[in-house]
Amino acid sequence: MQDETGLLETFDDKVAKEIKIEPRDWMPENYRKNLIRQISQHAHSEIVGMLPEGNWITRAPSLRRKATLIAKVQDEAGHGLYLYSAAETMGITREEMVDQLLTGKAKYSSIFNYPTLTWADIGAIGWLVDGAAIMNQVPLCRTSYGPYARAMIRVCKEESFHQRQGFEILLTLCRGSNEQKDMAQDALNRWWWPSLMMFGPNDDNSPHTAQSMKWKIKRFTNDELRQKFVDICTEQAKILGLTIPDPELKWNDEKKHYDFGEINWDEFWKVVNGDGPCNSERLAARVKAHEDGKWVREAASAYAEKRNRNN
Amino acid sequence: MADQISNISTTQLFNYTLNLADNSLIMGHRLSEWTGHGPILEQDIAMSNIALDLVGQSRNFYQYAAQIKNKITPSGDGGKGTPSVDRGTTEDSLAYLRDADEFKNIILVELPNGDWGYTIAKLFFFSTWQFLLYQKLIPSSDAQLSAIAEKSLKEVTYHVRWSSEWMIRLGDGTDESHQRIQKAIDEIWNYTAELFLPSAFENACYENNIGVAVSEIKNDWTQKINDVLKEATLTSPAAVSSPLLAGKEGRHTSFLQEILDDMQYLQRTYPGCKW
Repeated sequence: MQDETGLLETFDDKVAKEIKIEPRDWMPENYRKNLIRQISQHAHSEIVGMLPEGNWITRAPSLRRKATLIAKVQDEAGHGLYLYSAAETMGITREEMVDQLLTGKAKYSSIFNYPTLTWADIGAIGWLVDGAAIMNQVPLCRTSYGPYARAMIRVCKEESFHQRQGFEILLTLCRGSNEQKDMAQDALNRWWWPSLMMFGPNDDNSPHTAQSMKWKIKRFTNDELRQKFVDICTEQAKILGLTIPDPELKWNDEKKHYDFGEINWDEFWKVVNGDGPCNSERLAARVKAHEDGKWVREAASAYAEKRNRNN
Repeated sequence: MADQISNISTTQLFNYTLNLADNSLIMGHRLSEWTGHGPILEQDIAMSNIALDLVGQSRNFYQYAAQIKNKITPSGDGGKGTPSVDRGTTEDSLAYLRDADEFKNIILVELPNGDWGYTIAKLFFFSTWQFLLYQKLIPSSDAQLSAIAEKSLKEVTYHVRWSSEWMIRLGDGTDESHQRIQKAIDEIWNYTAELFLPSAFENACYENNIGVAVSEIKNDWTQKINDVLKEATLTSPAAVSSPLLAGKEGRHTSFLQEILDDMQYLQRTYPGCKW
């Protein structure tokens, strides 16, 4: 039996050699805690993220859009499911995680605390929110924890499909009537900055980044990913013929990147800490679904127990 | 020029196809209201999946109905008495631009979802009926309806299984679930009578070997429902004497209007736009 130092060495060696850490392997307690926090937040984001878009399923403007949106929101439920399962391999139950969400102890992506006001928001969410999510998640396909990395491979495939769908919704609007184009521009105006906030605080303000990079949970810093996102979206906005609501956005030929304005961090922290436009509404919807479903879950368990007794 | 008889049957075929489409769409729409709000993640996914199947079925039927309609009234021919149609009829013009009284769905599918048990009971009654209907529609002399029925039957087979399992689980689960599901059955039961009341277009299509005689599937339906209710330790309500239900003729409850207000809102607010 190895002592703790030996175990840590084996662990560090695996991480260095890009060998995945698996559920039965020894891992530092903080690695476990950090990952449980990150994976469960990610799962919660998928589940809460179903709400703003689900809000438009009954109002989707064509049968094709309706079918695609149901499928998309259903995919998010599926992502939530894989992620909860990945987190469960680290010794926490889904019930515990759901409880943390419903009691407000666990965080989820703040972006979902903004409202979806028009159909164009469904396009903007696909293009920007899923786009930002992909930027964050593609590197996670190589994250050091095996079950998380494998879940992310599946999630990313579906997310990139969603992102294209969102862009296509906006493209259709931008090629449509003036009112439709205005709708698209308005959606971009409202979703642009919250999307940039999805990458988290600046690197010098991000408490988990250094350790997560060392453990190869994260591969890029928040600011690196945010820059990449701005560069890509600025070009895509040109195709749409929309204006990104940032007067400071400008190509920097020296850096070969776009310079962009300062994020309103005050707004960021307000929304993170519960004072966004829809924080209480989102949580209330999750609590209601959970409470309304209690008798259903109890019935299912009672029936399963009866069956087991009789077999 | 088409003769009178085939013209009449084409209109009947159009209405018949619309009825199939509307049933699937409105049921699918209702079920999709659960997306994101289900009692547990796996079941949220399952319910959304069924909603998706039904919306998909409705699209197949609407696309066919649009084809039929465009043959009856070709767009741009300028003939006297021909309604002016801009882009011809499409799946979306049928779903998004008809008024409630032009919808031909049965009332059962427009009822609100209620609790999980109420939705399950609606779906169980509906899917069992759809299963038998599609089975009998496969030999239809109309190749398109036959093909859609065959494709849809695979999906509906799963819907029947899934909803039956839930009926049993809720009926034979806890006291609370038993009471809730029994109450749902009792409340919905009256609406099931319409499943077997043939409309004029159903009769016409049946006579032309295109459609199904809905009265003929009643026994099999009742048998299947009773088998499941028995296993679920639930009671079948007494038969309905004289139902006053005419959704197929376009006489709906206000629930349909509420659905359409939501569903059609963008198409109606911004007419003529592409989405």
